[in-house]
Amino acid sequence: MEELVNLFHGFAVALQPYNIMLMVIGIVLGVIIGVLPGLGGANGVAILLPLTFSMSPTSAIIMLSCIYWGALFGGAITSILFNIPGEPWSVATTFDGYPMAQQGKAGEALTAAFTSSFVGALFAVVMITLVAPLVASFALQFGPAEKFAVYFLAFCSFVGLSKEPPFKTIAAMMIGFALAAVGLDSITGQLRLTFGVTHLLNGFDFLIAVIGLFGIGEILLTMEEGLAFRGGNAKINLRVVLQTWKELPAYWMTSLRSCFIGCWMGITPAGATPASFMSYGIAKRVAKKGSNFGKGEIEGVVAPETAAHAAGTAALLPMLSLGVPGSPTAAVLLGGLLIWGLQPGPMLFVEQKEFVWGLIASMYLGNIVGLLVVLTCVPIFAAILRVPFSIIAPLILVLCAIGAYSVHSSTFDVMLMLVFGVIGYLLKKCNYPLAPLVLAIVLGDKAEEAFRQSLLGSQGSFGVFLSNPLVSTIMILGLIALFWSVIQEGYSRLRSAATA
Amino acid sequence: MRRSTHLALGAIAALCTGGVTVPATAAWEPVRPVEFIVPAGTGGGADQMARTIQGIVTKHSLMKQPLVVINKSGGAGGEGFLDVKGSGGNPHKIIITLSNLFTTPLATGIPFSWKDLTPVAMLALDEFVLWVNADKPYKTAKEYIDAVKAAPAGSIKMGGTGSKQEDQIITVAVEKAVGTKFTYIPYKGGGEVAVQLVGNHVDSTVNNPIEAVAQWRGGKLRPLCVFDAKPMAYDEPIADGKGWKDVPTCKSAGLDMEYLMLRGIFMAPRATKDQVEYYVELFKKIRATPEWQDFMKSGAFNTTFLTGAEYAKWVEAEDKRHQTLMKEAGFLAPSN
Repeated sequence: MEELVNLFHGFAVALQPYNIMLMVIGIVLGVIIGVLPGLGGANGVAILLPLTFSMSPTSAIIMLSCIYWGALFGGAITSILFNIPGEPWSVATTFDGYPMAQQGKAGEALTAAFTSSFVGALFAVVMITLVAPLVASFALQFGPAEKFAVYFLAFCSFVGLSKEPPFKTIAAMMIGFALAAVGLDSITGQLRLTFGVTHLLNGFDFLIAVIGLFGIGEILLTMEEGLAFRGGNAKINLRVVLQTWKELPAYWMTSLRSCFIGCWMGITPAGATPASFMSYGIAKRVAKKGSNFGKGEIEGVVAPETAAHAAGTAALLPMLSLGVPGSPTAAVLLGGLLIWGLQPGPMLFVEQKEFVWGLIASMYLGNIVGLLVVLTCVPIFAAILRVPFSIIAPLILVLCAIGAYSVHSSTFDVMLMLVFGVIGYLLKKCNYPLAPLVLAIVLGDKAEEAFRQSLLGSQGSFGVFLSNPLVSTIMILGLIALFWSVIQEGYSRLRSAATA
Repeated sequence: MRRSTHLALGAIAALCTGGVTVPATAAWEPVRPVEFIVPAGTGGGADQMARTIQGIVTKHSLMKQPLVVINKSGGAGGEGFLDVKGSGGNPHKIIITLSNLFTTPLATGIPFSWKDLTPVAMLALDEFVLWVNADKPYKTAKEYIDAVKAAPAGSIKMGGTGSKQEDQIITVAVEKAVGTKFTYIPYKGGGEVAVQLVGNHVDSTVNNPIEAVAQWRGGKLRPLCVFDAKPMAYDEPIADGKGWKDVPTCKSAGLDMEYLMLRGIFMAPRATKDQVEYYVELFKKIRATPEWQDFMKSGAFNTTFLTGAEYAKWVEAEDKRHQTLMKEAGFLAPSN
């Protein structure tokens, strides 16, 4: 009960007109940041952080966290309209969101994405409100072995679901792993595969690869197919929002599952990107229309968006209660907390009640404000598709180039993006799936790091991956996901044998 | 895009606060926004310090031009160092360093030495403390060391930030002093290391005070000793009535190792005396603000401030020491 009293106290703080104004400003800025590929929530928050030093900590965190929500919402927009993920966690949203837009259902896809984001975030906030201390201690159980198990599960739940031959999936994934290995090897502290090129010190940034593979690759394909933008007949009025809302409750099961996956991944902290991939992969397996995934299925938008937003929200919990950021943006916010003189950690919830509950209350309100802002803009976003391709394509190219440049303020990255664009085009022409490649770039080095940390700790014994109930369960779930189709086939054979 | 947004926002911030109070005596002043390079990722110790400085500069209007923080963390910071090295004659670029100023070129073999840069000032020194989980029975460094000695070599896990960097150097030095082996497990950030210790995934760490203080206050971790010649200066109680001052030196506990990490400022090559002087004056003003003093207290920093020849001499000696330490530990890149 004490939590609820604190929460209402928090609402009183968050509902001050000044704070509401900061919320709206934060959301709008965040959406802009999310739309621009490459700029990203972490950069946006880092840039604006010094501006907040003159505010009270509570007001400052309200504004910054609203930028964070805004960026989470905004990431979906370019993914759906142009197949360019504005943020890493919106990659999975392109798989079905972009085909929907091409079929003239951009409005539906956007509405589904925004609404799912809201549902995911709300679920995570409720969880934070009710079970914060419990969840924090769960996060402590995650050492390197447990983390590797989570990444393993993410890969397994994604492998083998593509319709392309498994050989091509594995080939694409291996290219991704190879790219992820470039740069500093964090275990030995030595440089790998850089060939003395200074630009490669940082490795291949995932965002540049994605902007090139998806954005530029898509433009090349469209050019080949006759310079026409499909999807220009999208409905552009607010009625489409209501129609989509009628449709969405049918996917409650997917939403709920995605909420759980998202919260779990946000807390552990693996982050929003694996959450969105894992949720998409599992939804594709389990959903009735799973075989339609990738062709413009609304459920394929709901699953990753719900999970990404739930994870993004839940990621703030380990930051506040343990001082470990669950996402890059949370890492910057953590720096902010320290500068405002707040010490994140076990004592924050006890000593800084007003701040913590003000923040939690602003999570509720910020997401409601965010949903209203982005939903009213759905017709405007959908209308962009009516602009002729010959005008919009150069604009997208410029946007991609700016995005690639802004990741590390380097022109080399813009070249790299173009190279990735050509690679993306070729891979698509040869029917190689891009998703496993992207997944491997994003999670490859993290999985490797966790794997090697585990083996260091166990002095080389693989038993560490089955050494306690938690890690064993996750590993076994991963294996089941990997061999699901084989298991299913065996089961049906067994049944037919039994009936015969 | 990021840079121009920085500039625009910085300019707005400068306009909003409205003050222009750079002294008329300064012979040289920035005429463009100044880039403040952080050779480490967002959220880490160097990044926090850089962003605190940026906040202080903005709040107290200490510069006419905006100060823009840019992270260049690639290759253990090598990206940032090479960037500043390649900006010779550009006085609008400064860099904050940590120990990777010495360790990164030695471990990776990238073509860089601190002598390529122009030293400006030492802002502070970061302390290192030996931590264990509070549930463990060890109350003193000696008790812990005895337990390590009694255990089979390699069975005790030491967690730390990065590989072949300061945390691992200290670990190797402790191994030498104790005469046994740890299994060193590198993680990406200091906060993560502290939490791994809370979760008992490693047995001890050498976290900086700021990285682990929250867990100490929460009763999860216990500091055993500090790797400095004298105890830290801050006596405010943190947990169980004990403050930083009550943490004994490792030397007094029989661990003869001192290690402090540089938090210093450098400029690009070929900076003039006037330009260096401008930044020295700027950092003197920053050090005088209450925000800076609070920050120093929250991280239990050693607040030694050095400039000019004295600073260069300190860095030179430290560079030599790192060469020896890294060589003894076998951390040098093949090309070195």
